[in-house]
Amino acid sequence: MKENWRPTADIETLRERARLLASVRRFFSAREVLEVETPVLGQGGSTDVHLVSLSTMARTDRGQRRLWLQTSPEFHMKRLLAAGSGPIFQLAKSFRDGEVGARHNIEFTMLEWYRPGCSLAEMIDETATLVATILPRFHGPVVHYRYRALFHTHLALDPFTTSLETLRRLAAEHGQMSAHTLADEGRDTCLDLLMSMVIEPHLGRNELSVVVDYPASQAALARRHQDADGEWVASRFELYLDGIELANGYDELTDAAEQRARFVEDNAERRHLGLGEVDMDERLLSALEHGMPESAGVALGIDRLIQLALGKARLEDVLTFSTPNC
Amino acid sequence: MANYSTNEFKGGLKVMLDGDPCSIIENELVKPGKGQAFNRVKLRNLMTGRVGERTFKSGDSLEGADVMELEMEYLYNDSEMWYFMKTDGSFEQYAVEKKALGDTEKWLKEQAPYTVTLWNDNAIQVSPPNFIELEVVETDPGLKGDTAQGGSKPATLSSGAVVRVPLFINEGEVLKIDTRSGEYVSRA
Repeated sequence: MKENWRPTADIETLRERARLLASVRRFFSAREVLEVETPVLGQGGSTDVHLVSLSTMARTDRGQRRLWLQTSPEFHMKRLLAAGSGPIFQLAKSFRDGEVGARHNIEFTMLEWYRPGCSLAEMIDETATLVATILPRFHGPVVHYRYRALFHTHLALDPFTTSLETLRRLAAEHGQMSAHTLADEGRDTCLDLLMSMVIEPHLGRNELSVVVDYPASQAALARRHQDADGEWVASRFELYLDGIELANGYDELTDAAEQRARFVEDNAERRHLGLGEVDMDERLLSALEHGMPESAGVALGIDRLIQLALGKARLEDVLTFSTPNC
Repeated sequence: MANYSTNEFKGGLKVMLDGDPCSIIENELVKPGKGQAFNRVKLRNLMTGRVGERTFKSGDSLEGADVMELEMEYLYNDSEMWYFMKTDGSFEQYAVEKKALGDTEKWLKEQAPYTVTLWNDNAIQVSPPNFIELEVVETDPGLKGDTAQGGSKPATLSSGAVVRVPLFINEGEVLKIDTRSGEYVSRA
């Protein structure tokens, strides 16, 4: 008899997982944030160049159509905000092809919540409170870092002004890559590599680390603003614990024209890289045109938080069946 | 050979890197919150035995290496080459250079089974069985009556290896040795 039918988490862990998910729901219910369920499938998908969306063909009222599996529940939740939902949260199955590892699984659960009229700073506070609720053993301080300051501290360089040539050389060195591998790469890839390899391992050690003021080119679906140094930065934050990236938050982009321009730019970059284009979510754009209230939102990898809470080595240890075992 | 992308990198996969065949030990996906994902890969260079780490952009690929591990028995040597024969009934023989033999030279015994790693049909590595039985050719005389107490002495085995053995062992005895630790296990 084959043994590959077995769950990847043990049953005791699943009881603990259920208990933690119940406390997440209690947390938001006590704060009067409405739980919602939105579809996993959408007529548009994430155009993000660094995410690989899964899609499927479905028979719809308009014939055979490609529908996209969400990489996060963001688009549908924003349509609810535009319809006047007020603050909402969701525990949503999300899919990112190719992402398999000790902290990744192709199908995973995202905790995502949005608050109209809230600032990014207020969302950081709420996220920290939530993490402390789920991880009672965690009593560390919440420490803020600017992206630029982290590169100064750990690499003695300025991520905004250092030449591309130097960034490529340093990234190749720290990644033990041959220099030609990065010859065609832009600033962001080099910065991403240095962030992952050199800086991240130092973050969230006996503290909750919050990173802010990312380069404007890394804004994704967040607004952009000028920081104290006059540099254009993304209005987003990332939260780290034990060297693991747990959550990211945005001061959400609400400008339909700007959002469309970013989708178009992403798809142009996708064509340039030989990646398939992803259908833009026209209904999200219509919702933004109608008007979405100024909002801040946070996406938190709840499987990772459960993994940390239960002290498990691999993400699959807290999943009933990891994708390779489904 | 086929190309393998970072998604397919897993323990035991043999790939070409910088002109040498390598065996993948570990592959971990690393990704900063948003942005480019990378794979941090630990590999063993099969030519040098050295283990190193390399980073790849997720989706990059490497050419597979035509590497096979086969069981062969040791035949003889002419002090330039060491000869092994496949145990699959084909009687096919392979000549192995001293460099590929490495530490295994001191565990050689005729007709014992070895694992020979072939790259493009050339032997590049030979691993001994975990346990091997070898005769003691030289050691101090055994101490009578001392069959249980501690204490050890060096003994030279027929393959040339020197191992620590209990005091009661005599020349001519055949011993079971763990080749991974180089330690005496028992009388054979």
